[in-house]
Amino acid sequence: MTTATIEKSVPRKRLAINSPAITAPAASRLEALTPSDWALDVRDLSVYFGTNRVLKDVSLQVRNRSVTAIIGPSGCGKSTFLRAMNRMHDLVPEARVTGAVRLFGSSIYGPEADAVAVRRRVGMVFQKSNPFPTLSIVDNVKVGPRLGGVRQRSVLDERAERSLRLAALWDEVKDRLNAPAVSLSGGQQQRLCIARALAVEPEVLLMDEPASALDPIATARIEELILNLKKDLTIVIVTHNLQQAARISDYTAFFYLGELVEYDTTSKIFTGPARQKTEDYVTGRFG
Amino acid sequence: MNGTIALPGESKAAAARIGKWRLGDPLFKWLTLAMALVVVALIVIIGFVLFHWSALARHKFGWGFLVSSEWNPVEDRYGALPFIYGTLVSSFLALVIAVPLSLATALFLTELAPRWLRQPLTVLIELLAAVPSVILGLWGIFVMVPWLRMHLFPALRSAFGFLPLFKGPLYGVCMLAGGIIVAIMILPIITSVSREILRSVPNLQREAAYALGATRWEAIRVAVLSHARKGLFGAVILGLGRALGETMAVTMVIGNRPEIALSLFAPGYTMASVIANEFAEATTDVYLHALFEIGLVLLGVTLIVNALARILMNAMAGANVTRRA
Repeated sequence: MTTATIEKSVPRKRLAINSPAITAPAASRLEALTPSDWALDVRDLSVYFGTNRVLKDVSLQVRNRSVTAIIGPSGCGKSTFLRAMNRMHDLVPEARVTGAVRLFGSSIYGPEADAVAVRRRVGMVFQKSNPFPTLSIVDNVKVGPRLGGVRQRSVLDERAERSLRLAALWDEVKDRLNAPAVSLSGGQQQRLCIARALAVEPEVLLMDEPASALDPIATARIEELILNLKKDLTIVIVTHNLQQAARISDYTAFFYLGELVEYDTTSKIFTGPARQKTEDYVTGRFG
Repeated sequence: MNGTIALPGESKAAAARIGKWRLGDPLFKWLTLAMALVVVALIVIIGFVLFHWSALARHKFGWGFLVSSEWNPVEDRYGALPFIYGTLVSSFLALVIAVPLSLATALFLTELAPRWLRQPLTVLIELLAAVPSVILGLWGIFVMVPWLRMHLFPALRSAFGFLPLFKGPLYGVCMLAGGIIVAIMILPIITSVSREILRSVPNLQREAAYALGATRWEAIRVAVLSHARKGLFGAVILGLGRALGETMAVTMVIGNRPEIALSLFAPGYTMASVIANEFAEATTDVYLHALFEIGLVLLGVTLIVNALARILMNAMAGANVTRRA
């Protein structure tokens, strides 16, 4: 389908998130949600890099203890959105964030909010696994609690074991906890990074295409892990893989050109989206 | 060329070009190998010349040359110990002073400084490396040494005078002044190499630390410094190599007295300084050969220190895997 037809089928002005045309149907399908169910409440979020506005007035609510997938073609602002949830944009001098993000009701960009404290509540797993190469497997997991001030050896050991178990890595590494982290395979390294993030005991876990560099078997393990984790915490996952989003997420948000086009339950997005644009994307007509 | 497969439609010229390239690869390999061998040959030749020209002194003093503190041109008796001591101590002092300064500067430049400040600061530091040694020595004699004698040294002596290191009369020219001037000279090289090392730490490592709730300092410690540790150590070794051989500026401020004194306020002498100062007045053959032997020792000390540092570096990189964050 050509761009011209896309533009015709979805008039641009209807993409604006504040227009009732979009929020109303989304709200009706997520009607069971009340503010107390929200882990993240994002209002009118925009992110600028210099003068370039990469994310445009995005508003959505992420349900507590669920998996929310963010999908969309490259450059649509998925990762930018995700990194706004734990204030990673603070580290980029030319980045500017406007709008509001509430984490269980408290603003993470407010004047009293502390980026370090926010990041301890909102963990992150990156596209490319990034264990600390000079540290052992178990010390990688202990870094987070140590930074948080945990000094007691027994607590650290217990926390490390629990995190490694949660990340389904314990059985594979329990006999070589002191081996270098880089001696693990790619899939194991990514699970180690998940364990490392879990050891901080976050309430929300952000995952930026965590399986995109992994083979199908390693990917399946990560997906299984995500489904287990949502019992305890809220997961927001950016993914390029639509099947993956369909398999593991409860809710799906479709981003295009920096705007939130549609946000609904995953089954609705993949079987009967309200927007033509969404349907074109999930059926593989562009992207 | 035989063996070249001519595809249908391929011109003779193209086939010839492929043939030439096949000749070019080994040619290039042998050329680069020859160049590399020239470097090795130079080191061997230098070592041999030093060895050959120090024969008289080696025969006359034997291994005692290394442990004798006597330096007596009148009676033609020579020992290298005060010079070895002076070189090692002034270089060590220089490292103690320059390493924290350089690492802090490099960290500031890569991690903390606002972007507009980075380039000018980097240029300034590299300018410091461009100051000729002898000019730094002149500045050392006429500005730094008087200032040290009037202000820093009395303060040090009143604060730490109970230590033998900071006892004794203040001449100004002394081991500590030599260490400080060498520190200034090795600062730029350690800083700019460290800066490159720190810049090569992947941003993903920093983000990993920040995402775990690290403050800026914690992210530097956990993600940057541990990742760059080995490279930073290499930068320090590079600086040490420079410090050991540094001649001109240190000759001008160290006092040039061949004595081993515990006090850093006492004049000292380095191996490089004594060679530069005395080769013109080496009237006897033994004297000249003694200077050559000092050159041989300097070369040996430099090689040994570098080798030790390299071994230490590798051991550290291997063992630290199990060390905690």
